[in-house]
Amino acid sequence: MKTSKKLGLALFLLAVFVLVPVMIAATGRKDLYYTLTSVALLSIGSAGVWLTFYIGRINIGQGAYALMGGYVSAILMTQAGFSFWATLPLGGLFCALISVGIGVPILRLRGVYFAMVTLVLTEVARLTALALPVTNGAKGITSIPLPGALSIGGVTLIPDFATMANPKLAFYLLAVTMMVASYAVLWRIVNSRLGHLCRSLQQNEELAASIGVNTAYLRVLVYAISSFFGGISGVVFVAISQSIYPSSFVVTDSVNFMLYCFVGGLSYVAGPMVGTLLLYFGWDLLTVAKDYQMLIYSSAMIALMLVLPNGVLSLLDRIGGKK
Amino acid sequence: MTAILQVKGITKRYGGLTAVNAVSFDVQKGEILSVIGPNGAGKSTLFKLISSFVPTSGGEVLFNGTRISDLAPHKVARMGVVRTFQETTIFKSMTVRENIIVAHHLRSKSSLFGFFIGSSQARADEAEFGASADEIVDFLGLQAIRHELASNLPQGHLRALGMAIGLATKPTILLLDEPFAGMNHDETMTMVANVRRLRDERGLTVLLVEHDMPAVMKISDRIVVINFGEKIAEGTPAQIQANPKVIEAYLGSEDAAIGL
Repeated sequence: MKTSKKLGLALFLLAVFVLVPVMIAATGRKDLYYTLTSVALLSIGSAGVWLTFYIGRINIGQGAYALMGGYVSAILMTQAGFSFWATLPLGGLFCALISVGIGVPILRLRGVYFAMVTLVLTEVARLTALALPVTNGAKGITSIPLPGALSIGGVTLIPDFATMANPKLAFYLLAVTMMVASYAVLWRIVNSRLGHLCRSLQQNEELAASIGVNTAYLRVLVYAISSFFGGISGVVFVAISQSIYPSSFVVTDSVNFMLYCFVGGLSYVAGPMVGTLLLYFGWDLLTVAKDYQMLIYSSAMIALMLVLPNGVLSLLDRIGGKK
Repeated sequence: MTAILQVKGITKRYGGLTAVNAVSFDVQKGEILSVIGPNGAGKSTLFKLISSFVPTSGGEVLFNGTRISDLAPHKVARMGVVRTFQETTIFKSMTVRENIIVAHHLRSKSSLFGFFIGSSQARADEAEFGASADEIVDFLGLQAIRHELASNLPQGHLRALGMAIGLATKPTILLLDEPFAGMNHDETMTMVANVRRLRDERGLTVLLVEHDMPAVMKISDRIVVINFGEKIAEGTPAQIQANPKVIEAYLGSEDAAIGL
């Protein structure tokens, strides 16, 4: 890594872990915790969508996995007495497992066909949640306990959220830690041979097969990782709202996950994160425009795609004089 | 000489149309064998059948006595039967060197997870791929365009890159799909020399499907001619040139029959 990049990373970590909490404490804008926590969690989901873009698949189904992860966590906690901390990886793994089953047949599709199937997936997940007895139908699952204490070998690493003076801060820190970890994984994937193979798949699957790449396996592997990200973001969302309904994640959310990637930039690892921040905040800020909120938001989005088709982060390249 | 690749009665039907009909021939170890035929004769289909990119309707292809027909393409590549492509099939948004490096996939000893965590085996693999890619660049004389983006390359260089990608997999037999198509005379001659060197210096067996007659006559040890999906002749370039069936296939007999 270059020095400038290291510096940028250090500044970023300092900002999310120290500056943001300090600023919020100073200004008393506690509501920002919820907004920023949501941004962090959504950007984990978008990281997954971004990864499927990286193998040349348009994924509009991430909402399904967020919903699935959320339900797995909610059911395990309320009905089987699991700790939140156990359901966090389990929710992700469950989604990864399911995505293997779904991915094997549908990842053979490309382009708009794959996109359409994934779009339907979110709706299927919602209807399944409505129909199954274990998910309690439209009434959903409520009064989910806050995350308990996490202790390993008698040492309490994280105290019980219910006993905390400021659980919002705790959720914020949990979400950004997960976000940083997810993006570290993403960065590592992209910059290792795995990333090269993903690019080979994105650019030409036939040629990739001819050089001996097991394209079917790689596609499913990447899709499983992507769905894991979707799942864990769903788990934490449910923990924050302490409830989940079939409508907690709908098609709009799936579309948004994809839009975050587009707006941020599909060729930048940080793209989905930046896109999520911009769009989520942009939408919030536009509430002052009342009835015109959607109109302005959509127009801005169209303009953005026309002016910066490679995402907001491509501005950096332009300034840096690359290409 | 022993047969390294045996094509036995291979057939491909698309609905009612038989594109390739019971074609059989052997490829000997270390030879350069060309498959030729007029437009629409079924060359490309035959090529895809041999590289297992399309399923067969009948017959089989044996590599060193093992059936490779109807296996997944990556498995066939893994066994040492590697194809190149007719069109500009390369990884467009990678540089020449990156294209060749990524094609070293089959030679990685580390697992994908090893690459993810950057294990010592993975780092050793990466170093080896880089060195090997540079060696292939030198072998094919691509030094000047080593760091050029593949999408910026002219036709001739694209073909060479396609061959470089094939070489990176360390094949036993390389299947070239129209390696001379769209090339000018000089480029063709360079390519002919390169294909020869593959065999002479690297001991590869080469099977190619081609249109360009002068190049085929120059390069091949043996030639198989197909027409309307069937094999009509097999032999050395001299034998093929003198074969009346081949001449008829290329010049056409209907014209004479209807008095033109």
